Amino acid sequence: MKILVCMKQVPQKDAPLKLNETAAWIREDVSYEVNEPDAFALEEALRQREKHKGEVVVITSGPARAQQVLREALAKGADRAIHLEDNAFVGLDAFNTAKAFAAAIKDENFDLIFTGLQSDDYGYAQTGVILAELLGWPHATIIMQIEKTESGIKVKRELEAGYFQFVDMPLPAVLTIQSGINKLRYATLIGIKQAKNKPVRKVALAEVQSAIGDNLQKIERLYVPQKTKKTEHIEGSPGEIAKKLVDKLRNELRVM
Amino acid sequence: MPEIILVVAEQREGKLNRVSWETITAGQAIAAATGWTIEAAVVGSSVSAIAAEVAAKKIAKVYAVESSNLEPYTPDAFSVALKGLITSKQPKLVLMPHTYQVRDFVPKLATAMGRTVISDCIGFKHENGKLLFTRQMFQGKLAADVSFNSEAPWFATFQNGAFRGDKAEAGSSTAPVETVNAEIADGVIRNRPQEVFKEAKQAVDLTQAEIIVSVGRGIKEQKNIELAKQLADALGGDLAASRPICDSGWLPMDRQIGSSGQTVAPKLYLALGISGAIQHIVGMKGSRTIIAVNKDAEAPIFEIADYAIVGNLFDIVPPLIEEVKKAKAGG
Repeated sequence: MKILVCMKQVPQKDAPLKLNETAAWIREDVSYEVNEPDAFALEEALRQREKHKGEVVVITSGPARAQQVLREALAKGADRAIHLEDNAFVGLDAFNTAKAFAAAIKDENFDLIFTGLQSDDYGYAQTGVILAELLGWPHATIIMQIEKTESGIKVKRELEAGYFQFVDMPLPAVLTIQSGINKLRYATLIGIKQAKNKPVRKVALAEVQSAIGDNLQKIERLYVPQKTKKTEHIEGSPGEIAKKLVDKLRNELRVM
Repeated sequence: MPEIILVVAEQREGKLNRVSWETITAGQAIAAATGWTIEAAVVGSSVSAIAAEVAAKKIAKVYAVESSNLEPYTPDAFSVALKGLITSKQPKLVLMPHTYQVRDFVPKLATAMGRTVISDCIGFKHENGKLLFTRQMFQGKLAADVSFNSEAPWFATFQNGAFRGDKAEAGSSTAPVETVNAEIADGVIRNRPQEVFKEAKQAVDLTQAEIIVSVGRGIKEQKNIELAKQLADALGGDLAASRPICDSGWLPMDRQIGSSGQTVAPKLYLALGISGAIQHIVGMKGSRTIIAVNKDAEAPIFEIADYAIVGNLFDIVPPLIEEVKKAKAGG
């Protein structure tokens, strides 16, 4: 099975975010990490390769710093990587990102393409589905299980409120992978060493420029959310906080 | 002629998904702000009853988009059917609730039409004749006002609870219902879905709990959950968790609160070490009183908390358990 995993580098979960001068994006002087849902997608691809043999290729778009995500993926066991390297890729909307990816992989022939179900920075949950439509492939989202079958694959789709659904699909297909589908592995020291020799193909913006266009949507402004709720801070030593809280629970909120 | 706002109500297994009322409320609010006309659509194999339900609201028209190929739901069939309707009726703005089903097909539908979706919006603004859609970014740490930079149709989805379903205005008369037969050729549908099912028998129905003590990643290790359980027991409440805790197997899946788990609105929701990621918040923001304990003062959970305790939960919870027990013992 030849599997492509689309991965994104996002600001670290607890990174303090500051708006840039135009307040249309954040200042980039933060620490970055791999988008957690994408880590689950990579882990699933590695497990499928373990079961069915094949190749796992990882792709990302972004500035030089995004290479870290690819290095980690290669260290965990991915076979090779594709880096669409340019600052400009950060500002592309999901539609253009998907178009850039489709252009970059036009000479490959993958059986499966995985993405995480959404990114922790934008949270749109669209890139994988858009990519499927651009490629003309079937897709399924929020996937918790993948099995190979005679006619393709059988996936377990997660729905709300504890419901699930099995779906039979032909290959090739795009799947967006849900967190918790598996347990993430750590890169081993040997893996980190081997990663240095694995191929990383760089794709310049110019190579995919003809495929992308203007963004179809625009962030007019980014801001710290206005609080509509009045939050009361309870302060003091832990013992004081405990007493104040119980007092509120009993006398104000009447839940005790 | 005023522009049209088309609300696509969600039908699942022959029943209207009640979150659709929230989207109608959103559509009516946008219509009021812009002067545009609001219409609705229901998509499925035989949806006249659901279309009639929707037609009772204050909207201009309802389209019942039908084909036997629309049952069961597949993204291929839904995209083709709605592309047909939208191409024919030419709405300016297409609104849907941000459900798992909508997420599965609306980016495909928009892409097939060369358009874009602003998804998981929590509100809108109408400024100087321009429509902006507000959404959360960076797991709720920042908000963004987003505009469309394309021709119609514009697609937007709204987060659960962003608008109130009970505020959807009823019409003074029933809106006309137009049945549209969707043409879905053989070979369009590539997925073969099976019956929807519930995984495990739900041992606990958290929707009935009055008090919930919920743990997130801040609980650090499985053995620490015992501390939260003691607090829940002392308060006479139920234990719950955010997704990562259940993914790790530290608590069973039926304790999960959030978009994939249960949605609750208890009298008291005590969030311990929960950062407040959007997928969790949508499952509990309706709680009457929210108390959050987190050592990160910037954690998004504090935006919706009634009471905030910025501190280490391992310092706070043990004395809290003692005080609760004392108070209950008549101290």
